[in-house]
Amino acid sequence: MENAVVAENGVRLTEEQRRRRRSRSVAIALVLAALVALFYVVTIVKLGSNVALRTF
Amino acid sequence: MTSLDTVQAHIPGAVASDGISGASPADYFALLKPRVMSLVVFTALTGMALAPGGIHPVIGFVAILCIAVGAGASGALNMWYDADIDARMSRTRERPVPAGRVTPGEALGFGLTLAAGSVVVLGLTVNWLSAALLAFTIFFYVVVYTMWLKRRTPQNIVIGGAAGALPPVVGWAAVTGTVSVESLILFLIIFLWTPPHFWALALIRSDDYARAGVPMLPNVAGFAATQRQILVYAVLLAIAGVAPAILGFASIYYGIAAAVLGAGFVLDARWVGRMRENDPTMAAALRLFGYSILYLFVVFALLLLDRGAQLIGILA
Repeated sequence: MENAVVAENGVRLTEEQRRRRRSRSVAIALVLAALVALFYVVTIVKLGSNVALRTF
Repeated sequence: MTSLDTVQAHIPGAVASDGISGASPADYFALLKPRVMSLVVFTALTGMALAPGGIHPVIGFVAILCIAVGAGASGALNMWYDADIDARMSRTRERPVPAGRVTPGEALGFGLTLAAGSVVVLGLTVNWLSAALLAFTIFFYVVVYTMWLKRRTPQNIVIGGAAGALPPVVGWAAVTGTVSVESLILFLIIFLWTPPHFWALALIRSDDYARAGVPMLPNVAGFAATQRQILVYAVLLAIAGVAPAILGFASIYYGIAAAVLGAGFVLDARWVGRMRENDPTMAAALRLFGYSILYLFVVFALLLLDRGAQLIGILA
């Protein structure tokens, strides 16, 4: 794949640029997934037994 | 054309003229200054462990994570602002921005996003005092140290050292919701540790700092003045190091160990004081620089162990 290029919106990415963009996207996805899990656990911890005491 | 542009223009693989980022996740991770971050995490954890009362492990983990990310944000913003002088120093020219792997704009956006995110999450999850202290730490490091002091005064790392000394105070505040004398003693230990640590490095790298135009003490006040000030701070640090035992929030065993470690620091500082300016090896300064890292790590590790021993009843 020497000097392979990909045409996107008129911009031609080299294979290396495409590979790095993909790795950045994967890293962002992993961080976002970790944040979702973290916020879920924090919410459960913060609610604790209070969730049973709420008024409707 | 700025000096940074000049440097990037000559680096193969640097940011393309079409503006397409060539950064990998590792480059962004490097922006966080992971080695500094590990020290921040360790000292903040000690602050949390020494604080009276408890914190839920998950909330404690979030607090440490936010403090670490806040410290990383400070590092990224520092690298954004200092890219021009980083490019002129051999120690820093391979950092992602001067090497051209990350654009200054990317570093700025990354740093600001992490700074805001870490402060808001710490405030919403733990408490707003610790969040305010974290915000102040980031502000102090980026604006007061990086933008105002670093290029203007040889006292840059003395005053700027306050930012690096705050993490245990943030950790303490995360548990207690207060700032107390004990947490300020932890602050003082790191605050007094910072000048001899960085001045030892500045003695070794004085040419580098001079080339970059950073007014470190050896370049401005001279070699002998730096030697004297290193010794003064070493003595003050040795005293502050035993303060936790004197004030009663660490045991006498910690106090004895800290006194021995402090004496070693003063001894190494005296060796630096005897070093000749034309010494090609700078061996004494190198030794002090290495010992200073060991000193801070061991003192905080002993405080953690001491607290652990108190909690399980080994120590009264």
